[in-house]
Amino acid sequence: MALDSSTVAVAAQNAAAANPRFGGRFTAAGLRRVAGKLGSLVLTLFLASLLVFFSRFLVPGDPVTFLLRGRKPSPEAIAQVTEQYGLDLPPWQQYLNWLVGAVQGDFGRSLQYRQDVSTVLGERLPVTLMLVVMAGLLIAIVGLSAGIVAALNRGKALDRFTLIGLTMLSAVPSFVGSIVLIAIFAVQLGWFPTFGSGEGFGDMVYHLVLPSIALAIVFVVLVGKVTRSSMVEQLDREHVEVAISRGLKRGTVIRRHVFRNALGPILTVSGILVAGLLVASTIVEAAFGLAGMGSLLVQSVDRLDFPVVQAIVMFVVTAFVVVNAIIDIAEPWIDPRSAAGAAAR
Amino acid sequence: MTTPTPTLAVEVMRAPRLRPAGITFGIALGIVSVMTLAAIFAPFIAPYPPDQLDFAAVNAGPSAAHWLGTDALGRDLLSRLIYGARTALLGPLLVVIGSTIIGMLLGLLAGWRGGWIDSVLGRVFDVLFAFPSLLLAIMAVALFGKGLIAPVIAMSIAYAPFVARLTRALVKAERTRPYVSAYRVQGFSGPWIALRRVLPNVTPIVGAQSTLNFGYVLAELAGLSFLGLGVQPPTPDWGAMINEAQPGIVGGFFLPAIVPAVAVVLVVVAVNIIGEELSERIGGEIPA
Repeated sequence: MALDSSTVAVAAQNAAAANPRFGGRFTAAGLRRVAGKLGSLVLTLFLASLLVFFSRFLVPGDPVTFLLRGRKPSPEAIAQVTEQYGLDLPPWQQYLNWLVGAVQGDFGRSLQYRQDVSTVLGERLPVTLMLVVMAGLLIAIVGLSAGIVAALNRGKALDRFTLIGLTMLSAVPSFVGSIVLIAIFAVQLGWFPTFGSGEGFGDMVYHLVLPSIALAIVFVVLVGKVTRSSMVEQLDREHVEVAISRGLKRGTVIRRHVFRNALGPILTVSGILVAGLLVASTIVEAAFGLAGMGSLLVQSVDRLDFPVVQAIVMFVVTAFVVVNAIIDIAEPWIDPRSAAGAAAR
Repeated sequence: MTTPTPTLAVEVMRAPRLRPAGITFGIALGIVSVMTLAAIFAPFIAPYPPDQLDFAAVNAGPSAAHWLGTDALGRDLLSRLIYGARTALLGPLLVVIGSTIIGMLLGLLAGWRGGWIDSVLGRVFDVLFAFPSLLLAIMAVALFGKGLIAPVIAMSIAYAPFVARLTRALVKAERTRPYVSAYRVQGFSGPWIALRRVLPNVTPIVGAQSTLNFGYVLAELAGLSFLGLGVQPPTPDWGAMINEAQPGIVGGFFLPAIVPAVAVVLVVVAVNIIGEELSERIGGEIPA
């Protein structure tokens, strides 16, 4: 590959693009782009809410009977449910009432707890969020380091070893991971509790160590693999060769020119992980007996408490859409080339 | 035109893969074949009926009478494992077939017609991507009740957009190829070319990628019955077996949970190796 002056110029441009000072941030085009993304976010959420709300109408039969399945349909209960959900109103009006409430955080009342859904959910949320955050940290640390180590040792034994390890781990679903971890570290060795989420912050972290590992396994694989392929792609680029041939330290080149450019796909995958973690925590919470949102979801399905199911589904979907929108909007700040590319298109 | 956002599926497809050596592929094929045969011929192979209780051997370890031991009710684990292969394999098979058919038809429609149809379908896929498959399956159970049918339908819908995006991209690339114009010049109708000439050309790549979903779906459906929302006892099912064995783990009886867990892991690894080998052999560029 000839390293003529134009290659060096391109490399210089790349270096300039990697420097945020050169990226135009608050231009009119940039604001239009953000507005467009926000519009798309609202539209997606609106369509998702239609699906969540009107799914109930797919069930044949009387909505009162559906909501009161498994409960005694006394005339008072029927009257109460009809009144509460406005079941005598036309469907579009029922939807509007639900949507207006949902936007304000009011998802109606839980049928099993006889409390507001938001109250029930609020009690369960901290455990799940803590679990997701701890698993997220694990995924970031283990996944990124595995991917980086593999990429830097491309084709060597360490790379192959890491890939084999990741492929093996990718076949360990969270419920298998949970029972294996419980069997070894909680029952055999007795290092960790088998059950419950603990009291207070420190105790909670301690109780959530094994659950967060079980939750992280599959996602570590994903982040590790994407990190490796994204890094390898960058390592082959000309500007990296140029940077090395100019005598820059290897560490600097890897940090500033390889990893930084490789970050795009890794961030995209991380956005997708959020919903995956929230849903997979359902299984981990069930395995470890944690009183989180996931176990609430399973309980609510079990006890036919549909308003709570709707609220949790909407919460997970919203979390997914919002996080992905944030990553999408933030991308030009992290990687100005994507803004330049979008403008050129 | 919206820019195609890289999907999870595409990222996974582009991710580095082990090139399985012949032996690995052979072993994987062997595991899947054995499990399939076990599922089909379960009544002839299983040493005991799956729900026969043996109170003389409760939570027993491996023995001549019970090769893999027994569970808390004294049921033979090997027999339950063999019978459990039925729902474990049937569910993912139906989902892969269902999602491939739905996804290919929608992807073909979006890629071939383009325009507003493409935009509308793209929006629909975007919304569906926001519903993780397991969540959609749980919602389906909440609506239509526990069992295998509701989750299988929900997951077929949840996986269809992945197939559709891939098909769409392949069809868009295929449309510009000379043979399509050649058929047009000869007066063949658009739908005929799309269904009879373009679709068969993209089917191998899409099909190979779809087999890669089998492992994910198997793990998710097993997870659903682990939650007690999928296949219901007394039907023997791997996920449900782990669920039932959970109280025993704290008492130190690991075998009833480990046996089905190992089965899940083995089949998922084997299916993934086969799927990856298939897509390697068929080759073809995966467009972004």
